[in-house]
Amino acid sequence: MSMKELRLMKGNEAFAEAAIRAGADGYFGYPITPQSEVMEYLMAEKPHERTGMIVLQAESEVAAINMVYGGASCGKRVMTSSSSPGMSLKQEGISYIAGAELPCVILNAVRGGPGLGTIQPSQSDYFQSTKGGGHGDYRLIVLAPSSVQEMADFAPLAFDLAFKYRNPVLILSDGAIGQMMEKVELQEQRPRFTEEEIRKNTPWATMGKTPDRERNIITSLNLDSHVQEEHNIHLQAKYREIEKNETRWETIQCDDAEYILVAYGTSARLSQKAVDIARAKGIKLGLLRPITLFPFPTQPIAELANRVKGILSVEMSAGQMVEDVRLAVGDKVKVAHFGRMGGIIPSPPEIVEALESKLIGG
Amino acid sequence: MAKVKGDIVIDIEKCKGCQVCMPACPNDVIGVSKNVNGKGYNYVETVNEECIGCANCAVVCPDGVITVYRKRIE
Amino acid sequence: MDTISKEDIRKPENIVYKRTELLTDKVMSYCPGCGHGTAHRIIMEVLEEMGIQDKTIGIAPVGCSVLAYEFMNIDMQQAAHGRAPALATAVKRLNPDKFVFTYQGDGDLAAIGTAETIHACNRGENIVIIFINNGIYGMTGGQMAPTTLEGMKSSTSPYGRDIKSMGNPIKMTELVAQLPGTIYVTRQAVHTPANVRKAKKAVRKAFENQKLNKGLSFVEIVSNCNSGWKMTPNQANQWMVDNMFPFYPLGDIKVNED
Ligand SMILES: Cc1ncc(C[n+]2csc(CCOP(=O)(O)OP(=O)(O)O)c2C)c(N)n1
Ligand code: SF4
Ligand code: SF4
Ligand code: SF4
Ligand SMILES: [Mg+2]
Repeated sequence: MSMKELRLMKGNEAFAEAAIRAGADGYFGYPITPQSEVMEYLMAEKPHERTGMIVLQAESEVAAINMVYGGASCGKRVMTSSSSPGMSLKQEGISYIAGAELPCVILNAVRGGPGLGTIQPSQSDYFQSTKGGGHGDYRLIVLAPSSVQEMADFAPLAFDLAFKYRNPVLILSDGAIGQMMEKVELQEQRPRFTEEEIRKNTPWATMGKTPDRERNIITSLNLDSHVQEEHNIHLQAKYREIEKNETRWETIQCDDAEYILVAYGTSARLSQKAVDIARAKGIKLGLLRPITLFPFPTQPIAELANRVKGILSVEMSAGQMVEDVRLAVGDKVKVAHFGRMGGIIPSPPEIVEALESKLIGG
Repeated sequence: MAKVKGDIVIDIEKCKGCQVCMPACPNDVIGVSKNVNGKGYNYVETVNEECIGCANCAVVCPDGVITVYRKRIE
Repeated sequence: MDTISKEDIRKPENIVYKRTELLTDKVMSYCPGCGHGTAHRIIMEVLEEMGIQDKTIGIAPVGCSVLAYEFMNIDMQQAAHGRAPALATAVKRLNPDKFVFTYQGDGDLAAIGTAETIHACNRGENIVIIFINNGIYGMTGGQMAPTTLEGMKSSTSPYGRDIKSMGNPIKMTELVAQLPGTIYVTRQAVHTPANVRKAKKAVRKAFENQKLNKGLSFVEIVSNCNSGWKMTPNQANQWMVDNMFPFYPLGDIKVNED
């Protein structure tokens, strides 16, 4: 059970299993399509018997994220998952967690909005995910998996980044990736933190005031504006550090490319097919797939912009990431957006058509 | 017959002069000072020697600024 | 008779009452005469007497007691408005050997945090909830709370709470007593020495219950908000006796001994 292992799994299940193996201490969630498999898998798996991990169905997303806040305050590896309408409810808690600088992992299986919208896959939560989401100046580290394997790999990676930077990490997925089945290699079981390790490695954790130290306080409140400004400056410095160290992306057939698609997650899978179609037609097309959306791969996109004729941002939204692509490119080359909304996944031929009409012909 | 004698010490700098301790005292030991402390509160002080060390005043003091002593006198 | 001097009485061995070490030296930010301070003190005295400072995690609310962590010398977390029971749920589930309590006002617990309160109680989380009911939103300047009495004036019910348009005051404590998850539900006050002593016993019982893994203990403390009520502290305590206690009667509401 705890050895490295190859299995055929849904993305959501792979994420859940990988989280157990990553040594997670607690999961707190509230059902919403298309990610309910995460909690269902965990409940069926009884991780308490395997590792001691707690799984709790909360009364709401608000409660779930605040349970994460409480658990994270104790230096525990805690997580939650939801989908767009639930993520809106979690924003208050996420803001507190970011303000108090706590580690945690959050999965958003994005569905089309606004409002109750649709349960079909979408990427319309890009702004919310990468620009803060709740109130105040803060950022989440945002990982964008595009395969079941990455759903599994990003669970331990997210916990490690969360603890390295004392910052919430968001995994931005959707129902397509969550519910598709693929072969996945699962990592070996990592042990959960012991109380001794928590007290040593995360000395800020509220685990009970022992005589050898002052009391620990987890708070996001600073009534003194100067102190609050200092705190904001510290947070911004941390985000710059994250930008420097943690930007992740992948390039596919970019070496000789004259045009580039920029796409993440599900859009990246389809864009990769679009690259093949375009190349069969003689168009030298490449793909840059951001793996982290914050920090955004600004630099590699800017570099590509020096040697290509145009860049198409492909998103399942009205055009959100395209703003970051434009910031990276400036006016070096034309940047266009192509997207479908409302839960519709663009087809690869559609993407090639958009490229031709918006960039090559236009 | 054994008799008890009490006394209280009020941390006057931390006293907020709320006077909640006054009705709690069975022997009217506590009264309001004419003087104010650093925070501008008219703190309270002992006004007679009748303290029996019952701690009633300290128990109701919201700011926990009263220390109570009691000694048995044979 | 009075041959004994003050110096003879004021000796360490004669101390019968002193401020607990579990309160920090900071002057509490509460208005003079506010019950929050007394409530803080009895909780800290109980933790000290039980010797569980190193095992206790407190959750502060949003409200006047948002800064409780400045005064309580224990590890603490500051929750978003109303969410303390959710934090406490996770803290206790993840650390079953720790003692966990929330400290919440009536706006925090009975308005914005109603869902978190009811469900933590209903799940029977093995925690202690301390509920400071002063019938008003103290911190934000004395607005109407869910607990504000009929006819009671506040800054958002300047002509008195009108039941028809503003709804009824809510008795959260009676409400949570209905839930099988709560094992000890009581209403106390801290305005007189006798009441403080009783309230402290209730708090002690609540933490002892947690020690025995019995379930959720809920201790309401009816308290004055003399600033919000616009009275002196002693007037406010009298007003509380005359007006709050008839609607929020003191005493145990549920005591599950098994
Ligand atoms: C989400 C949110 N809404 C509103 C507020 C403003 N607010 C701060 S304290 C408070 C009411 C507190 O009242 P209560 O819980 O009764 O505590 P008290 O101050 O009376 O002790 C409100 C509405 C806030 N901080 N956060
Ligand atoms: S200890 Fe008792 S008698 Fe002495 S001042 Fe306080 S209340 Fe009065
Ligand atoms: S109760 Fe305490 S703070 Fe208030 S007047 Fe008496 S000693 Fe001072
Ligand atoms: S406003 Fe009311 S509740 Fe707040 S500290 Fe003052 S008296 Fe206490
Ligand atoms: Mg209140």
